[in-house]
Amino acid sequence: MSSVVEDTKRVENERHDSDAIIDSHVAQEYKYGFYTEIEADSLPPGLNEEIIRALSAKKNEPEWMTEWRLKAFRHWQNMEEPRWPNVTYEPVDYQAITYYSAPKKKGEGPQSLDDVDPELIRTFEKLGIPLEEQKMLAGVAVDAVFDSVSVATTFKEELKKAGVIFCSMSEAIQEHPELVKKYLGSVVPQTDNFFAALNSAVFSDGSFCYVPKGVRCPMELSTYFRINAMNTGQFERTLIVADEGAYVSYLEGCTAPMRDENQLHAAVVELVALDNAEIKYSTVQNWYPGDEQGKGGIYNFVTKRGRAETNAKISWTQVETGSAITWKYPSVILKGDNSIGEFYSVALTKMRQQADTGTKMIHLGKNTRSTIISKGISAGYSNNSYRGLVKVMKGAANARNYTQCDSMLMGDKCGAHTFPYIEVKNSTAKVEHEATTSKVAEDQIFYLMQRGLSEEDAVSMIVNGFCKEVFRQLPMEFAVEAQKLLSISLEGSVG
Amino acid sequence: MLEIKNLHASVEGKEILKGVNLKMNAGEIHAIMGPNGSGKSTLAQVLAGHEAYEVTEGEVLYNGMNLLDLDPEERAREGVFLAFQYPVEIPGVSNAYFLRSALNEVRKHHGLEVIDAADFLRLAKDKMKMLDMDKSMLNRSVNEGFSGGEKKRNEIFQMAMLNPKLAVLDETDSGLDIDALKIVANGVNTLRSADNAFLVITHYQRLLNYIVPDFVHVLVDGRIVKSGGKELALQLEEAGYDEVKMEALQAAGIA
Ligand SMILES: Nc1ncnc2c1ncn2[C@@H]1O[C@H](COP(=O)(O)OP(=O)(O)OP(=O)(O)O)[C@@H](O)[C@H]1O
Ligand SMILES: [Mg+2]
Repeated sequence: MSSVVEDTKRVENERHDSDAIIDSHVAQEYKYGFYTEIEADSLPPGLNEEIIRALSAKKNEPEWMTEWRLKAFRHWQNMEEPRWPNVTYEPVDYQAITYYSAPKKKGEGPQSLDDVDPELIRTFEKLGIPLEEQKMLAGVAVDAVFDSVSVATTFKEELKKAGVIFCSMSEAIQEHPELVKKYLGSVVPQTDNFFAALNSAVFSDGSFCYVPKGVRCPMELSTYFRINAMNTGQFERTLIVADEGAYVSYLEGCTAPMRDENQLHAAVVELVALDNAEIKYSTVQNWYPGDEQGKGGIYNFVTKRGRAETNAKISWTQVETGSAITWKYPSVILKGDNSIGEFYSVALTKMRQQADTGTKMIHLGKNTRSTIISKGISAGYSNNSYRGLVKVMKGAANARNYTQCDSMLMGDKCGAHTFPYIEVKNSTAKVEHEATTSKVAEDQIFYLMQRGLSEEDAVSMIVNGFCKEVFRQLPMEFAVEAQKLLSISLEGSVG
Repeated sequence: MLEIKNLHASVEGKEILKGVNLKMNAGEIHAIMGPNGSGKSTLAQVLAGHEAYEVTEGEVLYNGMNLLDLDPEERAREGVFLAFQYPVEIPGVSNAYFLRSALNEVRKHHGLEVIDAADFLRLAKDKMKMLDMDKSMLNRSVNEGFSGGEKKRNEIFQMAMLNPKLAVLDETDSGLDIDALKIVANGVNTLRSADNAFLVITHYQRLLNYIVPDFVHVLVDGRIVKSGGKELALQLEEAGYDEVKMEALQAAGIA
């Protein structure tokens, strides 16, 4: 006992020391102005044009990119944070956030897995995450010779052969400016919404992918991402372009809970599927949800949108179990005739988590089709809302939408809500909406237990069954992980 | 095998079982008959451990264990099986996945290795053949969209797979056509051995032509009011329950 207390004290002292060092450091830097500031590891907290210029300069960005960020920032300044989502949280102080910090060096963070929260390790083990990867996820400094990195390099070679460009956004800005200029902001403009504007102004990094005409990307873009996703920071920016007739399947995130000190996450993902192209985008989101009382946890305010040209197809599949607050509506603009949009979602909330998530399907082209399958599971004191918009514009003759929203409640302290918005401006369109709410029935649990399953296994089997239509959309390995994740997330939520 | 002593149970504060006594030995088949609402399913659920039913008095010994002390899944792993009167649907969970998980829980409990997918499939196909079931049932969600008869047959299939020591069949015959009835009965008879026992709840003597019981008990208003051999079922079918009810009341000195 006493050693724990001592340890905590020691840590606190250290923190005070380092705070003091940073404070004096920052004060010093201000004395010399921004040019010396650039030499430092982080920018001071706060957001203004100078900070954005400095950030852009640190990243060595060309002038057009700096201007692009500034335009977003100027717009953002006049915007209001949205209040319509069905969530409540303490206001975020945007001037208290540090918008640039250099990648962590060895020596910071935990030194070995022994220093990491045992609860986290337990979860890693249950998910079967390899040891080296556990270290990385937990933020333990790892040596440069790290197996998976070489794996990533091999992947990169293979992708290169196929002509696929897959790199960090920072790299893309340097190496492929013409592509970035053409497509960045073409689906989610800088001025789109409060969080998208903020992201556009300050995005740290993210992924860029371009699949050339007629190319089927030879692999799922996953493992690589898992390794590289670690340091992309809180304002992540992703852009995926599938040129005519191309196909790509992209997996974002990771089932393991990730250590992260940033509370606010405001990512933007843009997908462009040109004629006859197909993009499949799958996400597993498992950020820190906060504790039982609702303290801590990530605010996840994401803008994800795709544009589908003629005969193109975009599918979003997401499994959301983390974050204290989720605000996320992956959408598809069905611009081209015969284009297809799909949204498959599992959102699980427990404890004090709040999720307001859904999709928007905007039908512009003729014969466009969209499918929405949403499965919400709420446990504990959590609040889980589906919010979806199906909009059929005048020109979208014969547009079709099918929406199915199912909610499952565990216990009677949680909430499930459905907010379907439908706007149809073409009389030949057909829009169908089905919604169900169910409780995990005692009788179902008992039935499974009568055959020998434990209560937890029974509940997890029922819930996984409930989500099957969504899991089926995930690539096999990811689906298995997602199922395990759901079971682990449900532990202790029963009864 | 099983000894029920003065069992009282209530649901939502209402007493349903009012002192049930019953003894079953390994190798025996017992039938329970009785009017609607007399407590037959309640008895079955109490034996299986449904928590909605509160045992207020009495005890149940099962192979030397105090059955009421065990959790439902422990009872199942120890070989207690209930074929439900109303089998529950579990959307999205395949019959095969569910049953293999269940079988492996039972096997693990007995220190056996888990069964792999191929062996499981072989075993399942075998049992399905015996019950004249289509193997497509394995890939369908548990009971979802099954016809009444298919659900009942699925219960017997699960029983055949899990090979319990004590099987309670709650009106497995209702909803079965005559061919299905014979098939199900044949399944039970095949499974029957000197090591297991069956408690068969039914309204119809017809089933007992195929599954011949060693004893027949009549449950009325939460009590077993009469027990006898298989001929008792015939008698009941002809005379209805009024006669036994009267007898019981007379015996109790009330009428
Ligand atoms: N979960 C429950 N909640 C409330 N009442 C119940 C519950 N289960 C049983 N009962 C009541 O207990 C009594 C006995 O029911 P039970 O199902 O045991 O009868 P049964 O003998 O199986 O009848 P049947 O022949 O119609 O199947 C009935 O009055 C029934 O309404
Ligand atoms: Mg009954």
